[in-house]
Amino acid sequence: MVHFLTIHQLLEQLRTGELSSREATQACLDRVEKVDGRLNAFISVDASDALAQADAADQSRAAGEDLPMLGVPVAIKDVLAVKDQPLNCASKILGEFNSPYDATVIQKLRAAGAVVFGRLNMDEFAMGSSNENSAFGSARNPWNTDCIPGGSSGGSAVAVAADECIASLGSDTGGSIRQPAALCGCVGLKPTYGRVSRYGLVAFASSLDQVGPFTKDVRDAATLLQVIAGADEQDSTNVPEPVPDYSAALSGDVKGLRIGLPREYQVKGLDPEVKAATDAAVKQLEALGAEVKEITLPHTEYAIATYYIIATAEASANLARFEGVRYGARLDGADPEEMNRKTRGAGFGEEVKRRIILGTYVLSSGYYDAYYLRAQKVRTLIRQDFLKAFEEVDLIASPTTPTPAFKIGEKTGDPLQMYLSDIYTISCNLAGLCGISVPCGFSKAGLPIGLQLLGKPFGEPDLLRAAHAYEQATDWHTHRPNLD
Amino acid sequence: MEYEAVIGLETHVQLKTRTKMWCGCANEYGADANTNVCPVCLGLPGVLPVPNAEALRLTALTGFLLNCDVPSYAKWDRKNYFYPDNPKNYQLTQLDFPSTITGFVEFELDGELESVRINRAHLEEDVGKSFHFADYSGVDFNRAGVPLLEIVTEPDITSADMAYEYLNALKSILEYGGVSDCDMEKGQVRCDVNISVRPRGQQELGEKIEIKNMNSFSGVRRAAEYEIARQIEVLEEGGQLVQETRRWDDDAGITDSMRTKEDAHDYRYFPDPDLMPHRPSKEWLAAIREDVVELPLARKLRFMEQYELPMGDADVFVGDAALGNYFEEVAKGLKNPKQAANWVINNLQAKLVETETSVADLKFPAVAIGELIGLVEEGQISSKIAQEVFAEMFASGKSPATIVEEKGLSQVSDSGELEAFCREAIEANPGPADDFRNGKEAALNFLKGQVMKASRGKANPQMVGELLAKILNG
Repeated sequence: MVHFLTIHQLLEQLRTGELSSREATQACLDRVEKVDGRLNAFISVDASDALAQADAADQSRAAGEDLPMLGVPVAIKDVLAVKDQPLNCASKILGEFNSPYDATVIQKLRAAGAVVFGRLNMDEFAMGSSNENSAFGSARNPWNTDCIPGGSSGGSAVAVAADECIASLGSDTGGSIRQPAALCGCVGLKPTYGRVSRYGLVAFASSLDQVGPFTKDVRDAATLLQVIAGADEQDSTNVPEPVPDYSAALSGDVKGLRIGLPREYQVKGLDPEVKAATDAAVKQLEALGAEVKEITLPHTEYAIATYYIIATAEASANLARFEGVRYGARLDGADPEEMNRKTRGAGFGEEVKRRIILGTYVLSSGYYDAYYLRAQKVRTLIRQDFLKAFEEVDLIASPTTPTPAFKIGEKTGDPLQMYLSDIYTISCNLAGLCGISVPCGFSKAGLPIGLQLLGKPFGEPDLLRAAHAYEQATDWHTHRPNLD
Repeated sequence: MEYEAVIGLETHVQLKTRTKMWCGCANEYGADANTNVCPVCLGLPGVLPVPNAEALRLTALTGFLLNCDVPSYAKWDRKNYFYPDNPKNYQLTQLDFPSTITGFVEFELDGELESVRINRAHLEEDVGKSFHFADYSGVDFNRAGVPLLEIVTEPDITSADMAYEYLNALKSILEYGGVSDCDMEKGQVRCDVNISVRPRGQQELGEKIEIKNMNSFSGVRRAAEYEIARQIEVLEEGGQLVQETRRWDDDAGITDSMRTKEDAHDYRYFPDPDLMPHRPSKEWLAAIREDVVELPLARKLRFMEQYELPMGDADVFVGDAALGNYFEEVAKGLKNPKQAANWVINNLQAKLVETETSVADLKFPAVAIGELIGLVEEGQISSKIAQEVFAEMFASGKSPATIVEEKGLSQVSDSGELEAFCREAIEANPGPADDFRNGKEAALNFLKGQVMKASRGKANPQMVGELLAKILNG
């Protein structure tokens, strides 16, 4: 049952010598073998590479070394570059591409002793909310395999929730960590923009993307964030703010912490079970000593439109490099233009094409001012809403998603309906905040529900403190899907 | 009808940095294809750019050399277009907030001072280079990501010759400032020309036509000459010009249409979200300002104005910077710097050449030349004696006053002594003396020469003339 362990539980056993990293890694690999045929969380696993890392970790430990994550198996979303491993972004267009370099977060994980393994399923190029936009087939929700796991980091959430790894990394552009974490019943944290290096994260929308942890509890989220956070001279948008000791924030004490409930978040589409579960979670925090008050975020209704202009505009340029000239799959043509057309036409999935076209359109001559420029202005207003709210409160609480996981195929015909499922998560990226989703209950159908907490820029310690205190007072995070 | 040309130039210059603009790869010409490459300059998935500090410094330095403002805010934009040599299929450049703006370049054209305003010099990245083989093409990405400065003029240029001289001036400024080696053969300088023509006196500009593919400055001149004539001909024949891009065919000596405005790219510029805006600090700019050298033309113009020197003298001092610097020391505090320039150019420079030495080897201080000039002006010695004194100064390093004293070279102005010399000369030369008395005034010069000879050049020539006339007329 080694694969069920959290990071801190596993580390304790590794330190006492009860367990080896090889045993832990093998347990995860066995679990993948056993359940992933049903879940499709992993696009690929290089077992021998993982075990070689585990052996190296065991040797280091035998030599007296101890590192923050020495020997802990961590699985990686297929959007992060890992040296000599495939990098597909769940797309066909990258073909047989292997990354020749490690992303900064991967370097940091290796420096902390972690065993980096697996390529986790996702929506193609991180575009989607259900993991249905994967060239490698949809990942499935471990609580009900007819349901979506959420997206875009669906595989990252499934792998943690189904105990196929100890923890995982994902990326969040508009909710891609928090939303699948909520729908799969694990902890997902999106750090403040600039907190974690983006070097080696294949860009979807550069001004919104952040790498973050998926874990089985909040303590692990603090541990993993500690390892990956910090300045990186290879990322100019990284903020050289000192990294606090996140574990020190896990005091369990939320007395006097002010939590805001946005008036605008009481939307029509909010599922009553989700509302009931998150209301109860807020009550729980209040009972623990937090002060709860209503706040207002007046520009909330513009967030989704703003997001889909800015994100797609950036994506249209970010994805231009995939044309088969230097790497990836290539379909030949009579001239470069024909080669591009064929390669990109065959290589990209429908949603990716939709967003590239949308982004190209909003940047086009004659439309730029009406769309892109205006969206940037609205983005500023949305950020100001939050900064103003954070003068009165320390955190903002809401459901992570308006509904529990929906059925696979249920919304694929209606992209707009799909976009609306990001309503609670999207503003956080536009405003450059940090956010976390923690399990806060289950629907009657047995699907997990997530509580989202948003913090001010670089407010991760408050976020972790409240999430941890809530988790200590409840046992939602200990529930596991039955996969036997 | 008479027509005039309106020309603007866009010049791309590779900056002389050790590494590329966004990564640590060598900025080096001539390496084997695709050897100076890395994930960043190949545009691999996941990479991010980090600005090269030296490229930013050289850009600001160029701004100062071109008399530009360096704004306190500059940003990066993505210019989107697909081409196999463009690794990201967008080029990082500066659209609306460039690193330097509004300057000017001065240069000489047919002996006149001309000035062309600079709209901007903005920083961007170079792309790779395509090669076409029999049945396939290849791209060398060694050049991709090399820092490239685009220097854009206002449409101030009115002729092909002026365009040519502007380019030469720009090249010399950038070389002098250490910004670029400007080697055209290595593709370090590339130039596009925008040309329109209009009836002389008309305010409104004609249709702008861009000419590409010139690979030398003389090619630019020839292309401009051709294109101006072509455009005038079209108009004179009653034709219409359309905004277009044309390609210069150097062998044929003509331009061909490449594309018209209709099929122009929409580059969909937008701010690059991977790079922070550049906000140069006052301290950073002040440090760069220290590296600004005086440019050749500025030096020449300063010498002409400050010391009232003719152009020829100023050219000598620009051509030989050490001599020019020495002259500036000599001229310090002198009322007549032109005289000092004569000494430095005619006497000192000749001696230096003759002895194969330099100003650094001089035994006498710069101020000694001023003293020598002073002795002549005060009438203490004649200009001829001064030459002798200078030769001695040069050899021994002694001061002019000491040399005059030691060698007894002081001019004789004692009228008694001079009168004796004069009478001797008249007695010894009765013929010329009679000639003078008979009205032949030129004879006086002969007698004067005899007196100077007898006094070994020390006699005051003016007093000698007066005394001779007085005695003979007596």
